[in-house]
Amino acid sequence: MEDMLAVSIWRGGEDGEFVSYDVPRLENQTVLDVVTYVQRKLDPGLSYRFACRVGMCGSCAMTVNGRARWTCRTHVSRVADDGRLEIAPLRNLPVVKDLSVDMVDFFDKWAKAGGAFSPTKSRADDFAAIPPGDAKRRQANAGIECIGCAVCYTSCDVVTWKPGYLGPAALNRAWTLVNDTRDGLGRARLRLVAGDDGCLGCHSQQGCQEHCPKSLSPTAAIAGLKRAVVVAVLKGKL
Amino acid sequence: MAGQIKVTHRNHATWWAFALHRLSGVALALFLPVHFLVLGLAIQGEAALDGALIWTEQPLVKLAEAGLIVLLAAHLTGGVRLLALEFLPWRDWQKTLAALAGGVSLAVGLLFLVNAF
Repeated sequence: MEDMLAVSIWRGGEDGEFVSYDVPRLENQTVLDVVTYVQRKLDPGLSYRFACRVGMCGSCAMTVNGRARWTCRTHVSRVADDGRLEIAPLRNLPVVKDLSVDMVDFFDKWAKAGGAFSPTKSRADDFAAIPPGDAKRRQANAGIECIGCAVCYTSCDVVTWKPGYLGPAALNRAWTLVNDTRDGLGRARLRLVAGDDGCLGCHSQQGCQEHCPKSLSPTAAIAGLKRAVVVAVLKGKL
Repeated sequence: MAGQIKVTHRNHATWWAFALHRLSGVALALFLPVHFLVLGLAIQGEAALDGALIWTEQPLVKLAEAGLIVLLAAHLTGGVRLLALEFLPWRDWQKTLAALAGGVSLAVGLLFLVNAF
């Protein structure tokens, strides 16, 4: 193991550049630890985001050696080939400064995809009884653990090519709600996600599931939406 | 001077399967006019078409034809893979499906070559 890591970190906005730092190599060290070391010891002006440090909040995703990753749970030993790290902001989102990107578009698209739960009952009603083995519930469960880190969004070529495309995370969210029997938006949500900017725009490159740190499969969710849209169209309901 | 961020998010099996499907489609579309041109020779008479067909017997042309067959098979199996992905229940072994499509395409090309020489 090397004593020092050669770290290049993106500084500035869209037209910024990489700045090099030397960071002591530790045996047990995450990429977020490296960024934090730079900010605390070498350059207090460095901007980056993190909150939980344990892979729950989804705020620390960055491009590490060319690939989007959750930095808090990415060990340096797994990614630093020959002791080098290149840390950059996420693709497909405007750079605010250094490693921070503007996530507004990303989360606005969740709303555009009908990502809000639309209840059919009130708090006065009894609990909805849904068996865990229920087929629709299992489909919803498969995608429900998304932490909104935008790694899939940043790894998707369709988002790059078509800025209006809702993206894997928003469509995955829509699919979990399509399968939530307590939700009442139904066909209206399918209408939101059908079309070129919705599920039909997906080219099934599967970069989203390849890079998802939670090992979810947004491609499976989008394929499910495509099937639901086709079935609804054939039945004349869309 | 602005820096350049390197990206490697594309280097995985299903992205390459996507690229191959697109490129094989473009290549086949470019070949189609030539295909129709040769078929059109039949209108000019038997000799014209036979002349073109004899020309295709050359080893190098046969080799190129094998490439064409691989492209056609890749585009076909790639299309079947996409239809299965979108219309059949989801399978987690998508990379195996992509590998299968690639393997079948190469096997078809090889079969053509074995028969051609």
